[in-house]
Amino acid sequence: MGNSIKVIANKCVGCKMCENKCPFGAISVLERPKHNKKFGLAVIDLDKCTYCGSCVCTCKFDAIKLKKCELQTKIDKIKTDKSLYKGVWVYAEQRHSKIPNIVYELLNEGQKLAEKLETVLSAILIGSGIKSKAQELISRGANKVYVCDDPIFSEFQDDPYTDVLTKLIEKEKPEIILMGATNIGRSFASRVASKIRTGLTADCVSLEVDPVTKNLQQTRPAFGGNVMATILTSKHRPQMATVRHRVFKEAKAEARRNGEIVECEVDAQTLLNRTRFLGFVEDTVNTAVNLSDANVVVSGGRGLGKPEGLKLINELAECLGGAVGASRVAVDFGWIPNMCQVGQTGRTVSPRVYIACGISGQIQHMVGMNSSDIIIAINKDATCPMMQAASYAFEGDLYEIIPNVIKEIKLFRSI
Amino acid sequence: MNVIVCIKQVPSLANVKIDLETGRFKRDGIESVINPFDKYAVEEGVRIREKIGGKVIVITMGPPQAESALRETISRGADEAFLISDKIFGGSDTLATSYTLSSAIKFIGNYDIIICGKQALDGATAQVGPGVAEMLNIPHVAHVKKIEFIDDKLIRVERMMEDGYDLIESSFPVLLTIIEGINSPRIPSLRGKMFSKKAIIKTLDAETIGVDAKKTGLNGSPTQVMKVFVTQQQRNYGKKFSGDVKEIAVALVKRLSKLGIV
Repeated sequence: MGNSIKVIANKCVGCKMCENKCPFGAISVLERPKHNKKFGLAVIDLDKCTYCGSCVCTCKFDAIKLKKCELQTKIDKIKTDKSLYKGVWVYAEQRHSKIPNIVYELLNEGQKLAEKLETVLSAILIGSGIKSKAQELISRGANKVYVCDDPIFSEFQDDPYTDVLTKLIEKEKPEIILMGATNIGRSFASRVASKIRTGLTADCVSLEVDPVTKNLQQTRPAFGGNVMATILTSKHRPQMATVRHRVFKEAKAEARRNGEIVECEVDAQTLLNRTRFLGFVEDTVNTAVNLSDANVVVSGGRGLGKPEGLKLINELAECLGGAVGASRVAVDFGWIPNMCQVGQTGRTVSPRVYIACGISGQIQHMVGMNSSDIIIAINKDATCPMMQAASYAFEGDLYEIIPNVIKEIKLFRSI
Repeated sequence: MNVIVCIKQVPSLANVKIDLETGRFKRDGIESVINPFDKYAVEEGVRIREKIGGKVIVITMGPPQAESALRETISRGADEAFLISDKIFGGSDTLATSYTLSSAIKFIGNYDIIICGKQALDGATAQVGPGVAEMLNIPHVAHVKKIEFIDDKLIRVERMMEDGYDLIESSFPVLLTIIEGINSPRIPSLRGKMFSKKAIIKTLDAETIGVDAKKTGLNGSPTQVMKVFVTQQQRNYGKKFSGDVKEIAVALVKRLSKLGIV
């Protein structure tokens, strides 16, 4: 019962390749003073090991043997026939009848996957009075749009959305389903996957089709983005993934495109609906630009030194059409609202440009923004981690630099 | 009102340095801590109990050493804790973890609210909370930023969305995943610490909670890790500018215009 992994002592040379490779820190190489060549020996801590197999691939001496449980093969045999599952689906999220950019990004990537698999790309639109949006999805590349339109879907609630999507999946049997890693996607994708008992990979940043097996290779950051892991759902269908904002380009609209619109019959009576939506309160701060899909984020930290600093950060963000972010310190002091916090206990952002103003770059902050394309740091201390990690580091007082930058931008634009 | 809080023990990021050459964590001497999001979950559970009575039970699935995390939650006000631990749980993905946790929750029984942190620090999938709710066949609300109202029949919560928040009402049982900042977790009291040392933490294994071996661990995990690799950051590190403020500002704007931002 269970899985087993062991190191074959006479093959192991103690090279430490596996120790360095193990993403879970489960391998340590111990000394073997009695060994005739003084080779070390890799020892696996089974409590930490997740049997991921990355050490097996790394070992050049074939010294690690991983045996996955026998049961696995038995289950494989009774698993559904994969060939019954065809087509790539994109969940076309809408909120307050607006379709966020992430959907168009998914359609772009979905189209590439569908081409490689020689199949069709469908979009799934769930909402109330949203039929008119279907044409837009076709112009962005969907060959087919399934529309589930009913008053029960007027506001997002996990129960009815999960139910209707699950039923549609069971009926139509797609092989791939992509959803945005948004608040909505992250809330009910997992429910759907649990209901149909398939795999779901969160926050993907790259999707590839294996040319031989046709499996979807889903790559996502792990451990705060310092390591990447490629995940397969090789034996279950559909293969589900949520995808981060802005990792793929938006599909361009082409009005000439043709597609099929399928209106699904919805019997609201039969759908689960155990929670009640009572109302929506719009954000007063920062509504113009959403932090998680902003192109530019301007963040303030300890270096602001006083509440007035927010005004400056706001001004620069507004000037660049960006969102306002903050480090934990700036939030704790009450200089910047809680919802702007970026980092370990805040949001994870990956804008094209991240401008860190007076942020020293504690690891807890870095994990929330280190996948940004370009990092610009403004700080008095040139030796702090943020200035070291930055693509462009500007040394100086932010209260002097930022007003000048704003002035220069205005000047630049007026030319 | 009985509250079950699900927590996870994760490697601490607090003292970790990143090796800039390999881009990896330097793992020496990393301690394990309670997932920071879960501290808010424990605190919220304790606050519910203080308001309307009942008890707070904390559970975690993990290796034997995760017991220390459970003990800490008792010092922070939880009443009871269970460690769900068995060799066959090893290698569980989010689906298998959701199944195993839900089996344990069914075994413990008699719950009204289940609270989970928004996500774990290491995996960061945010999938286990909703997964557990589905397997227990109860409703859930994700990303809760505030419990607006609660009595013995109803709960109203504010659910954080990208453009603001929704007000959602549910009866019991319900599962909530809560976001950071919903409260300020209390510091363990001296009395709590003493109490936590003496607390008996029961271990629940696969047989006890009636887990089907085919649905947990690697066997029950539809996803497999194909490979793990280190990304080479494409960023060219360290172009530094210093000196006259005006010149710095001009240089910065020049970069922004090159990037197409201005």
